[in-house]
Amino acid sequence: MGNPIFQPSHFAAVVLFALFVSTVFGITMRETPRRMIRYGIYCFVLFVASAIGLSWVMYLIAR
Amino acid sequence: MATEENKNGAAGSGPQSESQQGWVYLPLIAGWLVPGGGHFLLRKWGRGALLAAAILGMFVLGLAMQGKVYSGAHDILDLLGLIGDLGNGLPYLISRFLGIGADQVLVTTADYGTRFIVVAGLLNVIAAVDAHNLRTGRKS
Repeated sequence: MGNPIFQPSHFAAVVLFALFVSTVFGITMRETPRRMIRYGIYCFVLFVASAIGLSWVMYLIAR
Repeated sequence: MATEENKNGAAGSGPQSESQQGWVYLPLIAGWLVPGGGHFLLRKWGRGALLAAAILGMFVLGLAMQGKVYSGAHDILDLLGLIGDLGNGLPYLISRFLGIGADQVLVTTADYGTRFIVVAGLLNVIAAVDAHNLRTGRKS
């Protein structure tokens, strides 16, 4: 088996994951389009920010 | 407690709208088999398209990263992965039928891909339940 067609960096994978999951969460967890968008953005920011925060924690622990 | 209005659908006190007719579990099953299908049945075109794009995008990118497609359960983690994969509905069955997807995780990106495929299945279940809630009137 050859190399994967798509080889994102770890961070790119996190951002894509956050984008897709936030889209579904926004649509399914809220009722009006405006609240869907706001909740989707909120989830996306939380996903990415927590990934960056945890990365720094692991970096500092490893040193 | 479900009110009579909720039982009849989200349309309110008037006659049932066209999207509220038919078997109550049809959007749930359609949504499971085809990502966004339940919302399309209920004529929620925008929501359905976004859900389909997100779930299918995640599934396809998972395959493109050579993610593992679970075919059996040898231990509890495999079983959980298989349950997650089954949530994808037809895309999972088609990928199994065509032999797309890795049998083993060999590279780092395949690990990400495996998670993408499992999470796409779980998101699809959430979307299907959302379609069911729209159908029963629990959500507008």
